[in-house]
Amino acid sequence: MTMLSERQQLSYIAAQAADARLNVELETEGMTLNIGPQHPATHGTLRIIARLDGEQVVWAEPVAGYMHRGYEKLTEVRTYPQVTALINRIDWLGSFANEVPFILAAEQLMEVEAPPRAQHIRTILFELSRIANVSLFLGDLGVQMGAVTPVFMAFRDREYVLNLIEGATGGRFHPNFDRIGGLKDDLPKGWIDETRQVMKKLRNFCDEIEDLLFGNEIFQSRTRGIGVIPAEVAKEYGLSGANLRASGVDWDLRRDQKLPLAYDKVDFRVWTHPDGDSWARCWIRLQEVREATKIVDQLIETIPAGPVMAKVPRIIKVPEGEAWVSTENPLGEMGYYVVSKGDLGPFRVKIRSASFNNISITPWVLKGVYVPDIITILASLYFILGDIDR
Amino acid sequence: MLHVAVEIPYWGQSLLRVLGGIAAVLLPAGTIVYLFLFKMMSFMQSRLGPMEAGPFGSMQLFAEVGKWLQKEDIIPENADERIYKMAPIIVLVSTFLLVVVVPFGPDAWFTNFSAGVFYALAIGSVSVIGILVAGWSSANKYSLLGGLRAAGQLIAYELPMVLAVVGVVIQAGSMNLQDIVVAQNTGSIFGWDGIGFPFVITQFLGFLIFMIAVQAELTQVPFDMPIAESELVSGYMTEYSGFRFLIFFIGEFATAGVFAFIASVLFLGGWGVPFAWFGWDSLDQVDNWMNIGGPLIMLTKMMVLTGIIMWVRFSYPRFREDQLQRFAWKVLIPLSLANIAVTAIVKVAI
Amino acid sequence: MPKVPGLVKGLGVTMGTLFRTVKEGADTVQYPHAKEAPPVRARGVIALREDNCTACMLCARSCPDWCIYIEGHKQLAPPRRAGGKPRQVNHLDRFDIDYALCMYCGICVEVCPFDALFWSPEYEYSEPKIADLLHDKTKLGEWMETVPEAPELEAGAEKKK
Repeated sequence: MTMLSERQQLSYIAAQAADARLNVELETEGMTLNIGPQHPATHGTLRIIARLDGEQVVWAEPVAGYMHRGYEKLTEVRTYPQVTALINRIDWLGSFANEVPFILAAEQLMEVEAPPRAQHIRTILFELSRIANVSLFLGDLGVQMGAVTPVFMAFRDREYVLNLIEGATGGRFHPNFDRIGGLKDDLPKGWIDETRQVMKKLRNFCDEIEDLLFGNEIFQSRTRGIGVIPAEVAKEYGLSGANLRASGVDWDLRRDQKLPLAYDKVDFRVWTHPDGDSWARCWIRLQEVREATKIVDQLIETIPAGPVMAKVPRIIKVPEGEAWVSTENPLGEMGYYVVSKGDLGPFRVKIRSASFNNISITPWVLKGVYVPDIITILASLYFILGDIDR
Repeated sequence: MLHVAVEIPYWGQSLLRVLGGIAAVLLPAGTIVYLFLFKMMSFMQSRLGPMEAGPFGSMQLFAEVGKWLQKEDIIPENADERIYKMAPIIVLVSTFLLVVVVPFGPDAWFTNFSAGVFYALAIGSVSVIGILVAGWSSANKYSLLGGLRAAGQLIAYELPMVLAVVGVVIQAGSMNLQDIVVAQNTGSIFGWDGIGFPFVITQFLGFLIFMIAVQAELTQVPFDMPIAESELVSGYMTEYSGFRFLIFFIGEFATAGVFAFIASVLFLGGWGVPFAWFGWDSLDQVDNWMNIGGPLIMLTKMMVLTGIIMWVRFSYPRFREDQLQRFAWKVLIPLSLANIAVTAIVKVAI
Repeated sequence: MPKVPGLVKGLGVTMGTLFRTVKEGADTVQYPHAKEAPPVRARGVIALREDNCTACMLCARSCPDWCIYIEGHKQLAPPRRAGGKPRQVNHLDRFDIDYALCMYCGICVEVCPFDALFWSPEYEYSEPKIADLLHDKTKLGEWMETVPEAPELEAGAEKKK
């Protein structure tokens, strides 16, 4: 052994000791790879500790919490309008969708219902934020597998959707447009025509992505049969949304539950895929963007006339009670359990977001895969860091 | 042989060749980076790319070089410092060694090996050492994985590349690159000598395999696992910064240019125009102006080939390491062996 | 018709985009030279009409991250009618918004009962130092010029009373 400095010796001993501790548990020799918290594939600060044998993962565990922003605690010291502004930031790509379940829960407690026009526009914006969110996923998918072009196409066409959201609400990323009892404002003139054209562009984008990425044999060989999650396991880990539907479970909260939203006025198909692999998850999301454009197309033709705000007091006090509302968000089921003690703000809010469950299946699904597949599986499971840590 | 260059003294020739060698490496690298990496990629993604530095951003590359030169030279604490510093230089030097055998005109060559093909293929794999060393000495797990992947990949794709070239060598009957160029330009297709006889016609399979292997050798998408920026951060280059990264960067694109040169020599007729156009019969009769025109023809062919390489790079996702190995050993190598067999049989039969 | 392999199709998509960019121009805008007009409702910056402000502190209190600083004092203004009593009004001494803290939620604009705060789509007010993002009432007043008219509403909307 060559001469090492004292510091090098100490670090060597520490590394050996750390390995030994793990080896007692695992009885393998290998390498521990820290993917993250700063890593290009984690789009945020997620850390995955992977124990490798060569390039094969023996054991992997996600470490969340690097981005914890304490929303549940913050909601306890904010009033209802302020909470709406805050929870926009949970899933920052589909932010309008974050507001809806909370507002619905508060409306349930107050026993008010938004007027039909507001419900309609809410649903349109909900689907627009789904498109904005999932189309970025489709582009990001390419980057995770080394294709640089799809992500630029995704950003290009997502821009149109963001412009729509900004045109209606004033905020590109954080609309803060939903109010208890309705919406802040009505749509500006010309918005519907613009939406109609943008939806055409988005469908075109889906076709392009399908040609460029999904049809590519290399992409298929990277995703087909990789990271298979059977339906039972998916249910056990509490997966929701597209991840669950990709495992063959026909479950969609938009269709399956009765909420004051306009989903019962449109017909749309809930896609499922029997395979449960990465390919299925990606494909389901592609179809979901297409379905969302169709839903928006149907809804903008049938917006009823009327007010967008129900009669609510100027200073909102929610009566005592508890309510749970969850909706089918871009990432999966997102719900708020709101406990009110009759104050200006909620007493306690429990937020159930889809990404946390999506990421908790990783120890199960990453076992035995190769390092490059970690990235594709994580990309196909799809998580937003803000949605995991909240 | 040197019937034109006799007026230039020996030292003058040497100086010209050294300057020419540097130009032959750096000029293609710069052009590729600007034309393809900056502009073609941007246009494919419906944006304009750099526009501020110089007209249409043409000076952007110099701005980038200036930026890199200013950066701190970071060496990780646990890195094997001497080897760590050596690695990028090994990679770049291998590119210079590679360009040495490429003929650019009847007299515009650097060295005229009789076993030029053999030399080129052997030197082409020297860069593996640089990459492996870079990965190993960085004291970084991502670098190590990247280096090991690079070694496995480059060795796997060296073989189909060599085998693909064997077909050309059989057909030309020589391993000298200059002779291969002459053989292509003096040849004729069923008596018609309008375009000479570029080997890409008979050796199309070989050309395809060669280009795929080049793509892998250059670690470009879809074979870029050693770099794999979404998995291994930047592979063996993770820890490099500033000037050392710049050398890797130049090396990457210069090698792309040089391999495109070699491919155009082997398959597309190299610097030559069909000799029948001007009534030349052999290399000695070729006019002096081909020493200027030849390099330009080569540059055009190189641009087309690197354009294809980059086009594929911007369109495809990447393979997985095991899929890539399987592709090399189970598809490319059997195919290239079959190609050799067929070529040999046809050659003997005719 | 035989199926085109996906590898070739993908190359076609990128090449198609290249030609479209060459022919029709890029989808991007060369920012400092050309600018996109933000929508009328865009929440760019908060403008203040000082005359309307009564320093009632509603906006400062409802701000989720307390980035509005208001100071005011009571003073006597000349009477409206001749011979009347002098009125007592709130005079605004300081109205600062710290844009380093502001999260552009728009609650302050909404709660203002006297129409003193407005959204302007103006967005070019970045500063080299974070402390310089604290803007006072004169600066906020200058932005009043950029505030657009509220847009017309889509068909079927109920007119505001």
